[in-house]
Amino acid sequence: MSQGPILELRGINKSFGPVQVLHDVAFSVHPGEVTALVGDNGAGKSTLVKCIGGIHPIDSGEYLFEGERVHVSGPRDAAELGVEIVYQDLALCDNLDIVQNMFLGRERKSGLVLDEDTMEEMAAKTLAGLSVRTVKSLRQHVSSLSGGQRQTVAIAKAVLWNSKVVILDEPTAALGVAQTAQVLELVRRLADRGLAVVLISHNMNDVFAVSDRIAALYLGRMAAQVKASEVTHSQVVELITSGRSGELGIGNGIGAAS
Amino acid sequence: MTTETLPKQENADSAIGSHVKGYIERVRGGELGALPAVFGLIILCVVFAVLRPSFLSALNFANLFTQGAAVAVIAMGLIFVLLLGEIDLSAGFASGVCAAVLAVLLTFQGWPWYLAVLTAMVTGAVIGLVLGSLVAKLGIPSFVVTLAAFLAFQGVVLLLVKNGTNISIRDETVLAIANKNVPPAAGWIATAVGVAAYAALQLVQARRRAARGLVAAPMAVIAARVAALAVIAGAAVYMLNLERSRTAIVSLKGVPIVVPLIVILLIIWTFVLRRTAYGRHIYAVGGNAEAARRAGINVDRIRISAFVICSFMASIGGIIAASRANSVDPNTGGSNVLLFAVGAAVIGGTSLFGGKGRALDAVLGGAVVAVIENGMGLMGYSAGVKFVVTGSVLLLAAGVDALSRKRSAATGR
Repeated sequence: MSQGPILELRGINKSFGPVQVLHDVAFSVHPGEVTALVGDNGAGKSTLVKCIGGIHPIDSGEYLFEGERVHVSGPRDAAELGVEIVYQDLALCDNLDIVQNMFLGRERKSGLVLDEDTMEEMAAKTLAGLSVRTVKSLRQHVSSLSGGQRQTVAIAKAVLWNSKVVILDEPTAALGVAQTAQVLELVRRLADRGLAVVLISHNMNDVFAVSDRIAALYLGRMAAQVKASEVTHSQVVELITSGRSGELGIGNGIGAAS
Repeated sequence: MTTETLPKQENADSAIGSHVKGYIERVRGGELGALPAVFGLIILCVVFAVLRPSFLSALNFANLFTQGAAVAVIAMGLIFVLLLGEIDLSAGFASGVCAAVLAVLLTFQGWPWYLAVLTAMVTGAVIGLVLGSLVAKLGIPSFVVTLAAFLAFQGVVLLLVKNGTNISIRDETVLAIANKNVPPAAGWIATAVGVAAYAALQLVQARRRAARGLVAAPMAVIAARVAALAVIAGAAVYMLNLERSRTAIVSLKGVPIVVPLIVILLIIWTFVLRRTAYGRHIYAVGGNAEAARRAGINVDRIRISAFVICSFMASIGGIIAASRANSVDPNTGGSNVLLFAVGAAVIGGTSLFGGKGRALDAVLGGAVVAVIENGMGLMGYSAGVKFVVTGSVLLLAAGVDALSRKRSAATGR
């Protein structure tokens, strides 16, 4: 894929009071690719994601979407652009069923009444499109699903809205081996359908299993953004822990190469 | 495409089978729904009928409805607050305040009944608006806000009825609510229309879903639902249409006017909770407020509106109570009304933990509470024993709620 990035951030700065969390961060996401965002605890991954999602306003820097400068000042703006974030704690309501969760806050209505049938159809189509066959009924409560199935529902919810960029915050952190494989497969399928996927993960195996590009944050700076095929496992670990690895990283004058 | 994730429509027999199996699975998973209330109601009715045959008399049967009406209506409003995982301890005295407003306007100010009733209902809504704003905007726990309101409203009722006297109500229309009956023929017609409308609605829905390839309720299940409604409603109307006057001079028969009133409220709130986005958002906030917030739902507004509905329903409950007692005194809406209303909601199957409950729970639970109150009265037990028993039943219901929650957590994940 040699298309330009669908989402591009340049020179992003973000401070919380006296603490500067992001320093001049550049980050780009390409359609049809999985971009892994890695970094140690406190490197600024979550802050960066929340800036993209409009939850934190950025202090300075450019936010480009499909090549154009945009201003994202809230989650609604991001959703309108087609940017969806699947948070680590999933944000599903246990007491609602799969369809109800997928359409939460954006219910289809005919007049005053909820259009349950259309919603159920759309949910079924989305899940089928993702080749999800593990759920028994779309009308079962989310509380009765396994961790992997819940993650699937959360991802399907994000995909339902013809979104263009899906950001997954540690989707496999709480999952077992088989379910992790399931979710990673789903992540790959999203990218193959042409979506731009950002995967935040601590697990190098997961990162190398599905990513096309790897962006490493180190203490609030983008240490490097490289093709996954061009780096090794240990190089990425070095980038995460010390911000540099041989030619790559901060301090070699290269900064954030995309 | 759609059939990929859905069980295929099989032949009728296995469709019914899977429907029944699904229900059993849900019950075993801790979703008891109305089962405890229905079983409790049947057991209580059998016990009281055996011990006191007069329990089954037409007069007593009608009494049950007017006795439980106010509590059931207040409970219906409380369910909205309970669905959010909050509590409104002031609902009882809020109904008292609204009843007192009604009585003062009717009897002292000579207002026409419709203006007085309207003002009482607006009073309820305003009370809810204040309580809800304090909870949602200031962030004071609802327990504390409504406990304070509980005390304050008790005082307001005292002030309104001028320290301990009572205000009698003479307005014919207001008195009719709990004391007059629907003509027997009208009762039958309304029942027939209601059952037919229910059947039509179910059929249309099932056909529409089947036409779109979605899983629809099998015909037999629909038939069973319609038949159950027809039998229950028919039996109730038959009992209420029996002559219950003890003298030959005045005739007393027909469905008490409060019954259609409750049915209408039940239909409205069931519709709101099940079929509108607003209702869906109430469940969402009760289930996971953070998820609801991220989904773009205005959580504060939902919270406030639930308290408004609760106090508004309390005002209707207060009007019914005033109508039944023919007067308002400092105890209207006091003593056991709130406990009974919370008990009714919980016994009916509404969870105190939020996120689970239906408008119907208030009616089922209200029936259980009314039967206990009524039956034990017939048995000649003192008020003390009644309180102890009702308190125990509430505790039992809350225990069932907590256990079923534990069970669904254990089988769920």
